[in-house]
Amino acid sequence: MRIRLEPRPEPSRLAGWLSPLIAAAATLVVGFVLFSALGKDPWQAFHVFFIKPVSTLYGVGELLLKAGPLMLCAVGLSVGYRANVWNIGAEGQLTMGAIFAGGIALAFHESTSALVLPLMIVAGAAGGMAWAAIPALLRTRFNANEILVSLMLVYVATYTLSFLVHGPWRDPEGFNFPQSTMFGDAALLPNLLPETRLNAGILLPLAAVAVGWVFVSRSLAGYQMRVAGLAPAAANYVGISAPRTVWIGMLAGGACAGIAGVNEIAGPLGQLQPTASPGYGFAAIIVAFVGRLHPVGILFASLLMSLLYLGGESAQMGLALPSAVTGLFQGALLFFLLASDVFIDYRPRFGGRRRAARR
Amino acid sequence: MTDAPRLHLAGITKRYPTVVANDGIDLDVRPGEIHAVLGENGAGKSTLMKIIYGVVKPDAGSIAWDGKRVAAFTPARARRLGVGMVFQHFSLFETLTVAENIVLALDHDRAGPGLPARIRDVSERYGLPLDPDRRVHSMSVGERQRVEIVRCLLQDPRLLIMDEPTSVLTPQAVEKLFETLRRLAAEGCSILYISHKLDEIRALCHRATVLRGGKVTGECDPRHESSTALARMMIGGDLPHPRHRAARPGGAAMLVVANLTLPAADPFGTGLHDVCLGVHAGEIVGIAGVSGNGQAELLAVLSGECRLADPGGVVIGGVPAGRQDAGARRALGLGFIPEDRLGRGAVPEMSLAENTLLTAHRQGLVAHGFIRNDAVRAAAAATIKEYRVKAGGPDAIARSLSGGNLQKFIVGREIRQRPKVLIAAQPTWGVDVGAAAQIRQALIDLRDAGAAVLVVSEELDELFEICDRIAVIAQGRLSALRPASETNAAEIGMLMSGSFIAPGTHGGRQFSPAGAIGAD
Repeated sequence: MRIRLEPRPEPSRLAGWLSPLIAAAATLVVGFVLFSALGKDPWQAFHVFFIKPVSTLYGVGELLLKAGPLMLCAVGLSVGYRANVWNIGAEGQLTMGAIFAGGIALAFHESTSALVLPLMIVAGAAGGMAWAAIPALLRTRFNANEILVSLMLVYVATYTLSFLVHGPWRDPEGFNFPQSTMFGDAALLPNLLPETRLNAGILLPLAAVAVGWVFVSRSLAGYQMRVAGLAPAAANYVGISAPRTVWIGMLAGGACAGIAGVNEIAGPLGQLQPTASPGYGFAAIIVAFVGRLHPVGILFASLLMSLLYLGGESAQMGLALPSAVTGLFQGALLFFLLASDVFIDYRPRFGGRRRAARR
Repeated sequence: MTDAPRLHLAGITKRYPTVVANDGIDLDVRPGEIHAVLGENGAGKSTLMKIIYGVVKPDAGSIAWDGKRVAAFTPARARRLGVGMVFQHFSLFETLTVAENIVLALDHDRAGPGLPARIRDVSERYGLPLDPDRRVHSMSVGERQRVEIVRCLLQDPRLLIMDEPTSVLTPQAVEKLFETLRRLAAEGCSILYISHKLDEIRALCHRATVLRGGKVTGECDPRHESSTALARMMIGGDLPHPRHRAARPGGAAMLVVANLTLPAADPFGTGLHDVCLGVHAGEIVGIAGVSGNGQAELLAVLSGECRLADPGGVVIGGVPAGRQDAGARRALGLGFIPEDRLGRGAVPEMSLAENTLLTAHRQGLVAHGFIRNDAVRAAAAATIKEYRVKAGGPDAIARSLSGGNLQKFIVGREIRQRPKVLIAAQPTWGVDVGAAAQIRQALIDLRDAGAAVLVVSEELDELFEICDRIAVIAQGRLSALRPASETNAAEIGMLMSGSFIAPGTHGGRQFSPAGAIGAD
């Protein structure tokens, strides 16, 4: 029996919704095979990976805590991605946001003012935007590829942070550990759910999802970004400025990533450390696509991705599996998602067609 | 009729998921016959030709060649039997020479060292002079068509399919092409001639098969039928004629270009030289010319897709707009119907409602930066209804519409915004006869309402039908505007070959459209 792909007259909405589910299912199948090959009982492994992490209130708090930065970065990135502006440097913009906000926190270390935290958020957004502005400027001025520039700036940002905590911002009483002093209470996000680490920072990603949803589905600017992504000639035909598209896309991604950086240092970390993120900025690229570049989809995709992080940790502890298993699941998920997206524009045809003699 | 027909189709049926493109079609083509296949867009002409060329397999029906049934009609088989096809859109490599382009299409046994000589031989025998060593990018559209035809002739065709061959030719070149086709037919080659231009079919063809909605609706000898009768067979009704009142002169100049010179942006583009143009309120100005003579460049400058350094380069409604982008010019009251619908005039992946928003968002469809979805859908629905767009509704995806229907939608979208200045490029290209008449009428109505309208078209008939003044663009230069009532197709055809350009001002590009009468 032959399977052929036949173009659909119109893209299928059903397939659009099913595609992430097919991808998730295929990822689970890979996990099943993988765990079996490693000599683990797959059912037990799945339990350890996907159920155990969220079986306690603390676990749920952790799930949301990790989903937050993913959600923020992904919503910001999706604004640009819809317009074919490929910012893949959210990790660096997140780090730069953490540096800017950390600078504020350290400068006002003694302050108890309620303004410190909002100031940190503004500074974090500004830091992320400043970092994203570099590829935007180079792209609009010199047509430099924003993918390469934003990616390379990730390393500049992480080494800048590393330099700061090894040098000027190192805690003098910190036994020479490369980290800043612990922030004052005024620079820390208040706890939201007792007996968990979940803090008020989760409200920012949720707000970003809401704003992102309005921008994407209701605003003229969001619509024009979509036109620019789908048909550049049509965008030029109606005078949608290509540089403006690049700037909006890059700055939205930078601002959101920068705020995600604030959430990290003012939340679970409570200080500046050599790294501000375990790769949220890169994982957010996957989240953005699994969520179909739509804010609501991103909300769910970030929870799934967060679960993969927790499951990976849980599998390290409970099953003695290497941490690489997390990256493997992330990669498999994105791979299968892109593959099953084929069904949006094509439908499979099984067998048949014998009468159209094919010789 | 004792001879077996060269080609005999019986009961050819081809279904696509949403439409039956061919429904039980019977067709006979005799040796040496020029046979017209006449029909509106979407009537099933293209599908039928693809079946004859072996590219598409019919779901039912049989094909016989010289009286013998052919089971599997593949492109290779069709070529071996002697079916040649000249496509509407050429498939030539611009950077290669004529001979190189021809070699690519030939079987190995036909392509030998003697090829250039054979190209010269064949092309001269049929009155299609060609230099085998010339590179295609330096050739006019008419000359490129010659390359395509000669390429087919070298394969000794016994059936030649011509798909709308005259749409890119000057009137003089059309006459020349007809001579060639008549000579071919006299030598016994059958010709299938696809067109919707009734006059041409009456002048050239021996027999016509008329298609409508995928079915054969008539067969006749077009030499003995009037255009009206043919049109009735083709569209199943009478052809509407536009009401045309005389222009009211003295309107304000709404679109002005003075002494515009712009070098070509890319090696195969056309530079603009000293172009002067003024379109007044209440008139339709037409620009004729064979495509590739600077139309695209001029339109981009007028629309704002290409911005000038000089603000006064383009003046819209008295406002210097040369530096403004397309959006700012639309805010001045400019409307623009581009020649490419998918990807430029409309976003293929978006619905018609969303595509309405593309240019019409200044018409109260957006409040405080937010889209008013109900108003957008209502505007799209009104356009669909008023311009009789065949579509599922405002939610239909632009890509799913046929080219002509999408064109109607875009024309409607632009005209419904009541622009003060409307620029229309090939407004009826690929649109069926009935809809074309409706679009022309809408342009005239817009003019009568006081708008300045500029129409760029390759169809001279269309320009003479609706325009008040006509100019010709050739080699990036624009001739002086003259009243349509004081000129005629022959004169415009002469201008199209560049006769108005003073000798010595030719660019480096050698240019001589097919059939150009010794101009300069």
